[in-house]
Amino acid sequence: MSTIAAEVNDHAHDDHGPAKGIKRWLFATNHKDIGTMYLIFSFAMFLIGGLMALVIRSELFQPGLQFVHPEFFNQMTTMHALIMVFGAVMPAFVGLANWMIPMMVGAPDMALPRMNNWSFWILPVAFGILLSTLWMDGGAPASGWTMYPPLVLQTGDAFPFLIFSVHLMGISSIMGAINIIVTIMNMRAPSMSLLRMPIFVWTWLITAYLLIAVMPVLAGAVTMLLTDQFFGTSFFLAAGGGDPVMFQHIFWFFGHPEVYIMILPAFGVVSEIIPTFARKPLFGRDSMIYAASCIAFLSFIVWAHHMFTVGMPLSGQLFFMFATMLIAVPTGVKVFNWVATMWKGAMTFETPMLFALAFVFLFTIGGFSGLMLAITPADIQYHDSYFVVAHFHYVLVPGSVFAIMAGVYYWLPKWTGYMYNESLGKLHFWTSTIFVNLTFFPMHFLGLAGMPRRIPDYSTQFADFNMIASIGAFGFGLSQLILIYVLLTAKKGVPATDAVWDNPEGLEWTVPSPAPFHTFDTPPEVLPPLKHEQHA
Amino acid sequence: MLRQLLLILTTLAATAGTGTARADWGLNMPEGVTELSKETYDLHMLIFWVCVWIGVVVFGVMIYSIFAHRKSRGVTPATFSHSTLAEVLWTAVPVVILLALAVPTAKTLVRLEDSRDPDLTIVATGYQWKWHYRYQDEDMGFYSSLSLDSLEARRKQSGIDPFSVENYLLDVDNPVVVPVGKKVRLLLTSNDVLHAWWVPDLAIKKDAIPGIINETWFKAEQVGTYRGQCAELCGKDHGYMPIVVEVVDEDAYQAWVDTRKADDPQFAAR
Repeated sequence: MSTIAAEVNDHAHDDHGPAKGIKRWLFATNHKDIGTMYLIFSFAMFLIGGLMALVIRSELFQPGLQFVHPEFFNQMTTMHALIMVFGAVMPAFVGLANWMIPMMVGAPDMALPRMNNWSFWILPVAFGILLSTLWMDGGAPASGWTMYPPLVLQTGDAFPFLIFSVHLMGISSIMGAINIIVTIMNMRAPSMSLLRMPIFVWTWLITAYLLIAVMPVLAGAVTMLLTDQFFGTSFFLAAGGGDPVMFQHIFWFFGHPEVYIMILPAFGVVSEIIPTFARKPLFGRDSMIYAASCIAFLSFIVWAHHMFTVGMPLSGQLFFMFATMLIAVPTGVKVFNWVATMWKGAMTFETPMLFALAFVFLFTIGGFSGLMLAITPADIQYHDSYFVVAHFHYVLVPGSVFAIMAGVYYWLPKWTGYMYNESLGKLHFWTSTIFVNLTFFPMHFLGLAGMPRRIPDYSTQFADFNMIASIGAFGFGLSQLILIYVLLTAKKGVPATDAVWDNPEGLEWTVPSPAPFHTFDTPPEVLPPLKHEQHA
Repeated sequence: MLRQLLLILTTLAATAGTGTARADWGLNMPEGVTELSKETYDLHMLIFWVCVWIGVVVFGVMIYSIFAHRKSRGVTPATFSHSTLAEVLWTAVPVVILLALAVPTAKTLVRLEDSRDPDLTIVATGYQWKWHYRYQDEDMGFYSSLSLDSLEARRKQSGIDPFSVENYLLDVDNPVVVPVGKKVRLLLTSNDVLHAWWVPDLAIKKDAIPGIINETWFKAEQVGTYRGQCAELCGKDHGYMPIVVEVVDEDAYQAWVDTRKADDPQFAAR
């Protein structure tokens, strides 16, 4: 230990800044640079995936087929989902992790900086490959992001490229997860015990384990698709003795934990923000950690609730129903804790807090529809309808995406050294919140009234709500232009203080704003007191 | 809260409407025409109201807090961060609520799965992109595809107003005809990719999977025509393979079977 510390100290003097020009980014090993690249990449993907969503919503603006052919419509739904899940939400959280985890635990950088570089640079390649399929014979994949066989095997030339790009995304995620676990486990400031870690670090630690557990499962599933297509195997082909349903079991064994991979770090971000702006310690800090762990465990035993209509035995349906309902308990604990954190605080409502509050409201609405979906007989009606589309968009857009935006606004002054434009931030918040509800709330009604998902055209009784949803979608899309402007002018504001906000909790607020290229060359000796310790 | 939102949305939609003849506002799950569809509807409303009331409490506290506990009112923040009683309560109470929900749900689920002793068995086979129905006991079968007027109107930029087509995208050339009050067992499979057979009024959705025969059942209590769609993405024309079930009385059913078998070779043993 001591020799390592001495070595670190020896190197600490050469206060080198970043390399110049393109090399700084291509050969980046600095966690802040890589974090920035992750965030920019994910934002670009968010915009591309968003444009695809607008193609979908344009076609669905009114009944009849106006703009695209059904096959292209299916390509859009498939690509929109793959890009948003693997290209926008996941990398955005990895970007936040890269920027914040080393600073939050008092580490000089991520534990494996070169692997960090690799896990980022794989992503543009993976998505370059995926996007290139749009121009291939037979078009882009059109079988839904779930890639169910046998339909996915009808994909044209794009098929092997789809599989390969999913492999690459998986490799990137696994490497990112390993890096995060090693950093958290080995590079914390010596006085930081596990339970003293910031909640964002905790939720990411749990998320990273989930990633390592399930990304190989996805890789296995898509590899079996590949061999079914090209090497004569019949894993999922009934004609050869295989079982199409087995793919769904394997996919959702990945897919359900994946859902929590996209929401646990969001919980972490929100748990950092609410105490800051409520000026009060996070309520039930330890129970937050236990609840997140509990959710992570349960995520492995509920996968078949995505498959209540495939014809499972009654006992299987009952098990997956009960296990799914259980998730409501730890999730409820988290929501109650956030509300209790606000209770009797002294709240102010800067943009990060607004997004965090909207997260609590709207994620909870998504949680409610999730609970409804757990009720199997009702799920049989909801399944593969727009009700499901409404549900998962509520947890993903005003859920995960709002949490990412909250985090970006919260930490942006630490990154740039300047306060962003608060009024524009609030405008961005209000337009996003209004339009996101206008887009997704009517989808509940559409689903209940019987509109299946993934259809390019619909019967006339669905016309009105579809029109509202499309108007909302364009409003939400345009609202993001405000975010682009805020980000482009992020350095035009007043200089930020080191603490940025009013007495926020954590090590990241003890370093200067903007955070210097290298922080914590030596681990901090004394940790700033947590909020509840300040009053002890 | 939800009701208010609903109202707002409805008003908004009314202003967005184009003035063309509009069909009913579908806001909620249909109660349907089988005992189990009504049970499913009741479960749906039960869980809905449970969620609404939890929402009223949680959001109520939160909204109150947002207005009362703000810095601009000059409050000093409290310092508490734990309350064993509160934490035990808000873990235990949801568990009790969930248990109370689990019991009726499990009962309905058990009944849904009980397809024993049917009066009539129909094999539905999914094709890209139509359904085939075979009546086991009658030795007859037929294909059921999207009706012609929908087929013409659905073409890209067809120039035909969908509102002018009756039951646009929800009509077929040959509907499934079943007798009222009889337990109909449906065996589902597929010839190519996954499909799913969904008729909301019958509260049935089941996947049609190549190589596997799935089983489900319904007993329609009311004469009428009930419409649904394929619910599992099955390729480009996934949105164009509707399901129409005509529930008729026993005599009309027998008459339908007889005429079909006698007059139309298309319906003979397939």
